[in-house]
Amino acid sequence: MSAALWPPILLTLQLASVTTVILLAVGTPIAWWLARSPHRWKEAVAAVVALPLVLPPTVLGFYLLIALGPSGPGGWLAGLFGGRSLAFTFTGLVIGSVCYSMPFVVQPIRDAFEAVGDRPFDVAATLRASPWDRFWSVAVPLARPGFVSGAVLGFAHTVGEFGVVLMIGGNIPSRTRVLSVAVYEFVETLQWREAHLLAGGMLLFAFLVILAMRLLERRSVRWRP
Amino acid sequence: MSVRHAPRPAPDEIDAVFAGTLGSFRLDIAFRIPGSGITAVFGPSGSGKTTILRCIAGLQRLAGRCLIGSETWQDDGNGMFREPHERRVGYVFQEASLFPHLSVRGNLRYAARRAGVAPVLGFAAVVEMLGLGLLLERAPAALSGGERQRVAVGRALLSQPRLLLLDEPLSALDQGAREEIISYFEVLHRELSIPMLYVSHDLAEVARLADHLVVIAGGGKLADGPVGEILERLDLHPTAERFEAGVVLDARVAAHDPRYHLSRLRHHGGVITVPLVEAEVGEAVRLRIRARDVALATRRPRAISIRNVLPGTVVEVSEQPNSAYAEALVDIGGGRLRARITREAAADLGLRTGTRVYALVKSISFEHAARH
Repeated sequence: MSAALWPPILLTLQLASVTTVILLAVGTPIAWWLARSPHRWKEAVAAVVALPLVLPPTVLGFYLLIALGPSGPGGWLAGLFGGRSLAFTFTGLVIGSVCYSMPFVVQPIRDAFEAVGDRPFDVAATLRASPWDRFWSVAVPLARPGFVSGAVLGFAHTVGEFGVVLMIGGNIPSRTRVLSVAVYEFVETLQWREAHLLAGGMLLFAFLVILAMRLLERRSVRWRP
Repeated sequence: MSVRHAPRPAPDEIDAVFAGTLGSFRLDIAFRIPGSGITAVFGPSGSGKTTILRCIAGLQRLAGRCLIGSETWQDDGNGMFREPHERRVGYVFQEASLFPHLSVRGNLRYAARRAGVAPVLGFAAVVEMLGLGLLLERAPAALSGGERQRVAVGRALLSQPRLLLLDEPLSALDQGAREEIISYFEVLHRELSIPMLYVSHDLAEVARLADHLVVIAGGGKLADGPVGEILERLDLHPTAERFEAGVVLDARVAAHDPRYHLSRLRHHGGVITVPLVEAEVGEAVRLRIRARDVALATRRPRAISIRNVLPGTVVEVSEQPNSAYAEALVDIGGGRLRARITREAAADLGLRTGTRVYALVKSISFEHAARH
């Protein structure tokens, strides 16, 4: 396999891994709040989280570019570390991917928390478990299928994104040139063999992810009492 | 109802006062019960029984007070409310509520680990008492309904509760499993000093297990006291219909007889004599006649103390298999009576559909029709 293939693959895996970890850390409390809070504005918050499902990636990328650029909050943040802007950096890509893939992580986890219902928490409370204890000892283990789906979907979706990456990351080899951009690049430059290898690999990856999700779903049905 | 100035209950008493609205349902109840033995909270479905338990456990908050002996769990007078996990309460829910991600042992240890006090009841003792030894490594999904409830009871006990709340723990079980769990409750009752509050809508269950009884309906208390005393009085009330078969007859007051302290009531089949009722002549009253208070004769008895002898025709005789009893339904002309007699008597008298009989009514309870 050509050496030109590896940098985008590794960069993509790195980006998707970091993004997935951050998504689980940030998405879980959001999903918990959406599932359990009686707050009447929560559906508005859910809609904001779900925006990337509907928005064209270029629109999301455009706003992110402004936010991450020198005159946005991203630029201010970069200034703290001696940079000028977060656009066209790996950090910028991670921030963009987190925003873009958020609904794919929050939704399954929220559904899983909702499926747990109130009863197990009431039981745990009468067994002296504090709210924090109840979250870790009851909510997380019972919502495990949701976490697995969320992580797989978040990872896979980050691997597959193109529009947002192109808008905020550009196409800088080994820094922002991820798989999907590399495929585009190879096609543009008529490197059909490389394009075939990457595209075929992505196809196989997508198939395996969807198959794994289906199998997990079937297992989780059995999981419910 | 005063929340602020109530005297403290005796050291071992449980004192609960709750008032509030949940949607369109209003609960307004106050009771004080002994700090030992089983107290049944009895009432029809939707009468607020579960809400009371949830309030005591702190899972639901209504205005009021909840004192468990010397411990205060809620006292709105002082703005005091303990969160559920800060109350030493054991709660057994209506349907199995075991954690599906933990084995039986895991479920029991979950409670034991968080008890927070030196165990009065050890793990081994609870496992022994409830016969859980062979189930420990099983997953909740692999247990029968009765086994699950036993584990749930054991788990509640291992949290070392000051008070055990049982919310219709038998309602989701089949008859065999019920019988089995009831016998375990009898063991707990005998061997433990933990007071239990047992919610039920089944009087047979209550009569068997409880020492003390709180009767509720429509979110309020109808009566409370020692179980024997209250069960007698329950015969006066329609909530007991499932416990004691009987019939209800509508009648009107025809006349009063102050000399003998009697009232004559007229209904479709004739006149019934009852002890003086507090109702005007012409007023409608509803009579309740229990099957066990009706005897049958095929000839009109003479020289008998029973005043109400009503001629009628047998509509149906149903024998109760595996028992000494049969029940006869008798048409007394516009109304029907149920008579509980022995199967032997039914055979001796040759009772069958169409037999002319005289119904001898030993006792009648009544209430104003307007109350229904």
